[in-house]
Amino acid sequence: MINAIAIYVLWLREMKRFVRAKSRVIGTLAMPIFFLAFLGMGLGNINIPSMAKDVEYIHFLVPGIVGMTMLFTSMFAGMSVLWDKEFGFLKEIMVAPVNRVSIVIGRIIGGATTSIFQGILILGISILMGFKIVSIPAFFSSIVFMLLISSTFIGLGLIFASKMKDIQGFGMITNFVIFPLFFLSGALYPLENLPVWIRYISYLDPLTYGVDGLRGVLIGVSSFPVLLNFAILVGFSSIMVFLGAYFFEKSESV
Amino acid sequence: MVAIEVKNLTKMFNGFTAVDNISFKVKKGELFGLLGPNGAGKTTTINMLSTLLNPSSGHAKVSGYDIIKEREKVRRSIGIVFQEPALDNRLTGKENLEFHAMLYGMNKKERNRRIKEVLELVGLSDKANVLVGNYSGGMKRRLEIARGFIHRPKVLFLDEPTLGLDAQTRRHIWDYIRKLNKENKITIILTTHYMEEADYLCDRIGIIDHGKIIAMDTPNRLKDKLGGDIIILELEGNADKFMNAINKLKFVNSFKKHDSKLTLMVKKGEKRLPEIISIAQKKGVGIISATLHKPSLENVFLHFTGKTIREKEASQKEKFMEFAKRRFRR
Repeated sequence: MINAIAIYVLWLREMKRFVRAKSRVIGTLAMPIFFLAFLGMGLGNINIPSMAKDVEYIHFLVPGIVGMTMLFTSMFAGMSVLWDKEFGFLKEIMVAPVNRVSIVIGRIIGGATTSIFQGILILGISILMGFKIVSIPAFFSSIVFMLLISSTFIGLGLIFASKMKDIQGFGMITNFVIFPLFFLSGALYPLENLPVWIRYISYLDPLTYGVDGLRGVLIGVSSFPVLLNFAILVGFSSIMVFLGAYFFEKSESV
Repeated sequence: MVAIEVKNLTKMFNGFTAVDNISFKVKKGELFGLLGPNGAGKTTTINMLSTLLNPSSGHAKVSGYDIIKEREKVRRSIGIVFQEPALDNRLTGKENLEFHAMLYGMNKKERNRRIKEVLELVGLSDKANVLVGNYSGGMKRRLEIARGFIHRPKVLFLDEPTLGLDAQTRRHIWDYIRKLNKENKITIILTTHYMEEADYLCDRIGIIDHGKIIAMDTPNRLKDKLGGDIIILELEGNADKFMNAINKLKFVNSFKKHDSKLTLMVKKGEKRLPEIISIAQKKGVGIISATLHKPSLENVFLHFTGKTIREKEASQKEKFMEFAKRRFRR
């Protein structure tokens, strides 16, 4: 009983809110841009061990920063349910004659659209900074990876949002969930440089496969085969979306 | 004929009983009010009837549908205005209505017509394209009421529709609610802790306190139950003989003396007042002042609960402060 109109309405709402919240978009994009600019310049000529010899650091970094953008924007999109709870709007959605699954799908598609848009924006800015994508099809493959990363973390955001009563815990999630996921993913440095036991933890981080997959398609260098990254991410995103929908369904809106 | 049927509905939160075994019926087209202090269980009742909360026990049917087994059908047939605003501030008034109408499956033509209609009814046509974030409290309320009935619900729930609004805006909103009920034949259930609101609007009232409905009837009949009008006399001198005489009068339903003030319940008080005063003069008691008033719902509430609604709320606040203090000390 999927309600296509409801999905569309929720998506449309995300679009309208996104277009109107320019300062927020600039705010979320500022961090990845700073990372790109300062790390790219600062570490540009440093020889990082265990990195493929002919890869410049900026080329190594860009897919990581795109992955980072997807992680942050998607988690925030999933957790935006908390803001709706805070402002009471969630009740308006919950009391409508629409099943919960449609609501979750609408949110995920809406959140993924804005996240991917921001990911592409970062990619565009990196190209201006000298980043080169191997081919045009590679660009489209990277969007597939962005979609998978995005749905995974919107799902995770939904799980947290459903378990939390208000927005008080938001900072905690940012510091103790989002940042560790980011650092463990190998977005900034090759995972091969980490101690073995931390590397094993990083294999549990979905973003590891997201970033590696993005690297594989965008610059043609990756630790795992691209298809393996793809398959693992499909698994992660299915589980997260399912769990997100499940917990959202169970949560009480009042 | 029955729009809402509630049977033994109960809701408990971690051992605390918010709604305690209540039962009532609301007829189609009726404007029914749940009157009670904050924390009496009004909102919890509305949340259960609108399928947002599951009852701990008991049943209810809203326009013929079971609130547990037929949630989606219930949702389709109701409209609701929550106690706290439930609008998207980043959308315009019109967009909020559009969002709602689309969720309720209205087609574009119907949608546009209804949006125009309801905006006109609540007097917001000229603010339709303003972001809701820039609306005043009263405008938000009006928009929410408009949204609540845009999809032509059979039953409309209004949870404290005029909470925190100024007197003038309150009047306006009362008028919209009346219009909706009388002209559009929508069954309305509203909750309030404003006596005058319940009195002015409702065909029938259920007085709710500590999760229980303690009285239910039309406002007039509830007032009649008190035994007539209220006369308050301020006396001077020894009143014993006078009190004896009062005790023998058949038309005095009840009386109470508190310091120098004597309160009498009398049918047709305006006719009996001169008679009472002349008795007082014969018995040698001076009367400093005499007031007569028709019983209000405030008196009714006092009669049934032993406290005024404001005292009720104050004591609840005290209890909470006491509770908070203990929490912090730990």
